[in-house]
Amino acid sequence: MVGEGILKGMAETARNFFGSYVSKDRLTTVQYPEQRDPRIESARSFPFLVYDGVDWHDGMRCVACQICEKECPPKCIYIEKSKDKKPDANGKPQFYPAIFDIDISVCMSCQICAEVCPFDAIKMDVDYNLSTDDRFGGLLFDKQRLSKSNEYYNAIHPTEASAVDVRLAAERARQEAKAKAAADAKLAATTPAQPEIGGQR
Amino acid sequence: MIHLVQLAQPLDQIFVIAKRWLLSYLPAALQPLCSAVLSVAAILIAFATLFALTTLLERKGLGRMQNRYGPNRVGPWGILQPIADGVKSLTKEDIVPITADHVVHFLAPVLLVTASFMGYAVLPIGRNMVLVDLNAGVLFFFAVGSMMELAVFMAGWSSRSKYSLLGAMRAIAQMISYEVPLVLASIVVIMQAGSLSTVAIVNMQAAYTGIWPHWFVFTPWGFAGFVLFMVAATAESNRSPFDLPEGESEIIAGYYTEYSGFKFALFFLGEYIGMFATSGMAITLFLGGWSAPFAFLTWVPSYVWFFAKLLAIISVFIWIRGTLPRLRMDQLMNLAWEFMLPMTLLNLLTSGVWHFMPGGSLRWFVCSTMVVVPCILLSRGLKHKKKFQVRTYHYSE
Repeated sequence: MVGEGILKGMAETARNFFGSYVSKDRLTTVQYPEQRDPRIESARSFPFLVYDGVDWHDGMRCVACQICEKECPPKCIYIEKSKDKKPDANGKPQFYPAIFDIDISVCMSCQICAEVCPFDAIKMDVDYNLSTDDRFGGLLFDKQRLSKSNEYYNAIHPTEASAVDVRLAAERARQEAKAKAAADAKLAATTPAQPEIGGQR
Repeated sequence: MIHLVQLAQPLDQIFVIAKRWLLSYLPAALQPLCSAVLSVAAILIAFATLFALTTLLERKGLGRMQNRYGPNRVGPWGILQPIADGVKSLTKEDIVPITADHVVHFLAPVLLVTASFMGYAVLPIGRNMVLVDLNAGVLFFFAVGSMMELAVFMAGWSSRSKYSLLGAMRAIAQMISYEVPLVLASIVVIMQAGSLSTVAIVNMQAAYTGIWPHWFVFTPWGFAGFVLFMVAATAESNRSPFDLPEGESEIIAGYYTEYSGFKFALFFLGEYIGMFATSGMAITLFLGGWSAPFAFLTWVPSYVWFFAKLLAIISVFIWIRGTLPRLRMDQLMNLAWEFMLPMTLLNLLTSGVWHFMPGGSLRWFVCSTMVVVPCILLSRGLKHKKKFQVRTYHYSE
């Protein structure tokens, strides 16, 4: 019959219309500020910098190698290397970023920075409530704003973060073993004790 | 009940009485002018309010049809959303393209709104409630209605943007094509009523046999005419499924791509006001204007019936919009010229037969057959003509 399809379609929309008043299951909309969907573990919004320990500056994993800056497709990362060095997470003296800015209005959330980082220092955040009335300053994040603790990282991406922790711990153990072996060898070679080596670690 | 009936008469005429009372305080020389100004102001306010209400209804209704909530933030259940929208469109930046023809670009929305409001001059929205009772009212209505096409093309042409121009071309093709069935569908009523005056047409329908009204929609030619008129009216007001001129997935917003802020709101207003005007005309021609649907309901004020019918038609428009996908350009043109036009012409013939045959069930049978059989044959013929094949594009190889 002519117009049968139209009538069928109109019956369907009418069913939706009245059904949405009867059964709440039909309404899939999440009323955002009051309700939140449970977070998906693999969700990602913008990058952040991971730090170990309690102080964001001392524990910062970033060594200002600038690989992420070079790899970033939309060039939203700006890094300036420090002149001096500070001990990194493993206690090794390293450069650190004097300036580390990410313009999240430019960032496209591609996660390439997190993938290329050899130090597991930059990871993807899940926070998306970033609206601001200052579209320039409010969207340019400096290193303090970008720094978030390893505990936070463990909380938002548990699987990924624990794998990183295991890897870092293994690396640290390997370094320690190596240093110890080197120290032992040195100790064996030069019998008189040299307290400075031990003190250096 | 007697008491109620006695009250009904003044309540029905309350606006007419109020106007007369207000005018009695003015000198006689000023009265005609002030009378016109008062009526125009009333129409402007009533239909602008209806527009605000409809935008909300549409968003809520469409939302529910798609299993969403629709606006529910501004005020309780989002009922203040139109005010928020209005403030937003007023405070937005008005951007005019640097290459645009500034004068025409400015005039287009003004003309559109003016043209869409002009039609209300001849719409009887209640008993004794019509701005001017022109003896060529229907003709006037369609004449000013076609001015909207000019406004649309002015907008598309002056914007100097490819999307605007494409949208305007589509709009012109569509509106001119559907103007023909729109007018032809309404001619049957003029044939039967023997008058072009909208007031006379409504008065003819405001009679009852038993409890049933003499609405033209309750005749075979009237029903066919009403359906054809409504399809053409949907196309005339550029509403889904005929929203090709502003198909956002294809040409951004069509002819008002380059409009922003309050001018955009004016276009929006003009479209809705135009839609209400054609719906109001459909009510006047086929649904008995302000007359009550049953004889025992005549105590309800006449303007209430008019607006109730208008809201019902608007709801159907929203329902259709929530249901049907957009037509393709060739489907649109085929529908207009290969289905609507022959059907309206046949309907003219049916109307003539109805007029000259003696009343009775035979007349009903003959006229119904004259409407239904060609409708089925035409649509089947169109279906058979459709060939499904691999489409090759000349320029894609």
